[in-house]
Amino acid sequence: MIESVLFYTFAALALVSAVVVIAQKSPFYSAFGLIVVLCSLSGIFAVLGSPFIAVIQLVVYAGAIMVLFLFVLMLLNVQRETDDVGGSAPLRLAAAALASAFAAQVAAVIARARIVSGPEQYEASTRKVAELLFSPAFLYVFEATSILILAALVGAIVLAKRDL
Amino acid sequence: MASATLPAALSPALLEQPAVRVLSEALGENLLAATDFRGEIAITVERKAWYKAVSLLRDHPELEFKLFLDLCGVDFFDREDQPERFAVVLHLYSVSKKRHVRLRTPVPESDPKVQTIIPLFKGANWFEREAWDMYGIVFDGHPNLIRLLTHDAFVGHPLRKDYPQGQRHVLKEPRKWLLQVPPESEHMIVNLGPSHPAMHGCFRVQTLLDGEIVRDAEAEIGYMHRNFEKMAEARTYWQVIPYTDRLNYCSSFMNGHGWALAVEKLLGVQAPARAEAVRVILSEFSRIMDHFVCISTNVVDLGAITPFFVVFRGREKIYELLESCCGARLTVSYVRIGGLAQDVPDDFVPRCRETLEFVMDAFKQMDELLTRNIIFNNRFRDIGVLSKEDALSYGWAGPCLRGSGVETDVRRDAPYSGYDQYDFDVPVGTTGDCYDRYLVRIEEIRQSARIIRQALDKLPAGPVIVDDRKVALPPKSEVYGNIESLMNHFKLVYDGILPPAGEVYGATEGANGELGYYIVSDGGKHPYRLKVRPPCYNNYQAYPEMLKGGQIADAIAIIGGLNVIAGELDR
Amino acid sequence: MSPLIQDLIEKAVVVLVVFGGLLGVFSLCTLIERRVLAFMQFRLGPNRTGPQGLFQPVADGIKLFFKEEFIPAGANKLLFVLAPAVAVVTAFMSTAIVSYGGALTVPALSFLPEWLQGRVIELQIADLDVGILYLFALSSLGVYGVVMAGWASNNKYALVGGLRSSAQMFSYELALGLSWVPVILVTNSFRLPEIVAGQAGWFWNWNCFALFPAFLVYVVAGTAEANRTPFDLPEAETELVAGFHTEYSSMKFALLQMAEYVNMITISALGANMFLGGANTGLPFLPPTAAFGLVGFLAFAAKVAGFLFFFFWLRGTLPRFRYDQLMHFGWKVLVPVAACFILVVAGVVAALA
Repeated sequence: MIESVLFYTFAALALVSAVVVIAQKSPFYSAFGLIVVLCSLSGIFAVLGSPFIAVIQLVVYAGAIMVLFLFVLMLLNVQRETDDVGGSAPLRLAAAALASAFAAQVAAVIARARIVSGPEQYEASTRKVAELLFSPAFLYVFEATSILILAALVGAIVLAKRDL
Repeated sequence: MASATLPAALSPALLEQPAVRVLSEALGENLLAATDFRGEIAITVERKAWYKAVSLLRDHPELEFKLFLDLCGVDFFDREDQPERFAVVLHLYSVSKKRHVRLRTPVPESDPKVQTIIPLFKGANWFEREAWDMYGIVFDGHPNLIRLLTHDAFVGHPLRKDYPQGQRHVLKEPRKWLLQVPPESEHMIVNLGPSHPAMHGCFRVQTLLDGEIVRDAEAEIGYMHRNFEKMAEARTYWQVIPYTDRLNYCSSFMNGHGWALAVEKLLGVQAPARAEAVRVILSEFSRIMDHFVCISTNVVDLGAITPFFVVFRGREKIYELLESCCGARLTVSYVRIGGLAQDVPDDFVPRCRETLEFVMDAFKQMDELLTRNIIFNNRFRDIGVLSKEDALSYGWAGPCLRGSGVETDVRRDAPYSGYDQYDFDVPVGTTGDCYDRYLVRIEEIRQSARIIRQALDKLPAGPVIVDDRKVALPPKSEVYGNIESLMNHFKLVYDGILPPAGEVYGATEGANGELGYYIVSDGGKHPYRLKVRPPCYNNYQAYPEMLKGGQIADAIAIIGGLNVIAGELDR
Repeated sequence: MSPLIQDLIEKAVVVLVVFGGLLGVFSLCTLIERRVLAFMQFRLGPNRTGPQGLFQPVADGIKLFFKEEFIPAGANKLLFVLAPAVAVVTAFMSTAIVSYGGALTVPALSFLPEWLQGRVIELQIADLDVGILYLFALSSLGVYGVVMAGWASNNKYALVGGLRSSAQMFSYELALGLSWVPVILVTNSFRLPEIVAGQAGWFWNWNCFALFPAFLVYVVAGTAEANRTPFDLPEAETELVAGFHTEYSSMKFALLQMAEYVNMITISALGANMFLGGANTGLPFLPPTAAFGLVGFLAFAAKVAGFLFFFFWLRGTLPRFRYDQLMHFGWKVLVPVAACFILVVAGVVAALA
């Protein structure tokens, strides 16, 4: 009961904020909207019984990545979008067509999906997540991802180093 | 050495002066006159030879007048003995030869133009702007000849003799932009001042920020300008004393000391030994106090608030000492022309020793809190570096100049008030960064304490003011007791001190550096023209230049170390 | 009365007590900080309002309450108002998982309801499985209060302050998080009660001795995270007037201040729990459960007070870093030290296992 109420609250919040993200002209509002989306997602994870994922969602996305976004926005002092970015009539037409195609696709997927209840006695504690992550099934993927991120990090530093 | 082109007035004795000889040989009849008054060499040159004369003075190996001191205009409105209405007067100092020189050039009212000397001395920039502001003298080739001390909308040139003393203007709108920034620039303009927690007084710097980096900066001063020099022209010589207190109000005694010495030089009198010793003691206490204020407020700007409270207790003790001597604390007005207002209290010597002990204890605590602190070192070292050449060219003074590695100190190189009797060292920096300026001040506090101890040990007895009825008032008991003293008193109060006609430049080592009073006297009871050479004016002039490329936090670290005092800066 | 209701009542009381206690400690901190600084600087500090100036925070609160609410023209009203709220909410939420000195045992007094007699009340609002990761998440959200305040004020000083703090808190959070890892490795748990329990016995069992480098990193990064001197750049008064809260007045200003102090208290409480043994007295013959658990609470309170005093002391002693020096120190000293120490500890733990 409480879980359902919380779930739908978070879901609604996430949807509304997601609309704000794309509808706002001020990049700052968009960024703050995105933060709310991420926080709501984190809430949903928590409701679903995955506290670890919920917290990591907050730490990584809401806490770290979005701070960097805002930092850059502030540093460059980005202004509001003033001109109409809608573009010409043909562009709008094409956009509408693509959007409806996408909507139809999503609708088709949802219609075919079978809603099943979650597994009983599901436990996603930190320990369980860790055991799964470092089990033979995922260890290789996990480590490979780490190395990929490390490579990206080094690459970013090399690129940025030029004018440091 | 005599040659046919020399002006007849040049005596052989004058020609022995290297400055006169070199200039007369190079300029010929463009050298109009040279005088030696009270041991000061003044050379008057033709306007068209102005630039050449200045560059010779600076670069000739026999002269090396490399330290820019002061440039000002003079208005000889009703003076028949002067060739033209205006004159531009330049003071330079040779660190290597330990000599001052004064270079003058007459400027006609009909065509008030002189060539700028900014290419030779960067420090001339603001001085030329000030001369234009005050007298309307135009400096050809000046990059930015706009008003400096007065407001942009000011009408007239206030120091001209025909500008009425009481004239008032209502001026409201300050200049909005000091910097020219292209409109599409992504940089941000941030004002530091006129009202900002880090500004030690009311002056303003506008900075162009790229993130935290200062890309450009421009300073504006004059918010506190009250034209002390114009006021002095309507005061007698001793009435100027209270005004001097308001120049560098952190060490007000020293300003009066310098003023008294300049007038005594003009008069040719010498204050009694006891008065001079007391002046030295109180001046050195004032120097300690000034350095305390400078260092402690500087580190408050860096976020360290405790040293401020530690040394301000010491400062309080010094104020109490001054209070015991003259009843005033901040603006003491204790000096008189020819001596002191009254003798010091009986317990002066033990009181001084006690104060000094307390002050040096506070100093030690501050020293321990700061000098080896790693964060403090990181904030100060290699920040705000000004090279020796630039420091000379800007005409820096005092601890800042010595921090940049120029070994000069008026107390040692041209001793006054008996400084030659005392043993002291002149600390000199090596890199010219904030830390060197800090260390120089720290060491100067120690040396000041040394001087005070020596002076206390041999404080002579005797009168504290000259027994010259044309200079100093007779004692009150005599005024009430005999008619001659009553007459003397009346004459002196009514007529004032009447010095001979002439010009002197009296230099003392103020807390901030060489404090100069250039007095032009026409023999009347008022100074005909008084120009103060304020040390922090030159220091501050270099400030915008020092900021560029540094961080905004460095700007704050630098400003405190320059010890800009608005009263002295804006006068 | 069903056990659920009993638990709910217990938790509600604990929440209220913790919230009220934090408010009390916050207001006391403002007074004690001023008195301590005054003592270090040969001054008196506020000592007239009540005995020893004890009511000064009340007077300050009343003053702030009646000051004019001021929103500058050109400010972004929504974010401007929201910023203090975000700051204070995240600050208080992060206090939920802190363990405030073990557990209290209710004495078996006859007038108490039966279920309450002998009941053990954990002095912690929520004992989450993710433990201190939760705190990490919330402290990273706390940055937004400052960033929003800085940006919404439409003031250049505030903007630069906001920029600085976002970079600073972001960088030092990393070092802060890394300094926790050795403790987690040693204890093999994220939960604070277990971390505290792992440090029982003599005081040399406290983590601050065995994991000294991590403790050092924690203290430095914690100071930065709480925006205290010498890391108080976001509000560096002499450079940025008051940084991100330049334009704030009245209660909004008070809320921002409150958030900072609560953060400082959280950092102190967490440090006491993770490195100084929390409720443990350090003497095996004086267990934290003695005297109905009061001993544990007092031991914990003393450690927090020590931390807070240390922060005040720093402010009385040190000048502030420059922005780039701060970043260099964070990234080039603290993070590598913390990371290397993690490797060492992990190696030792693996070898012993």
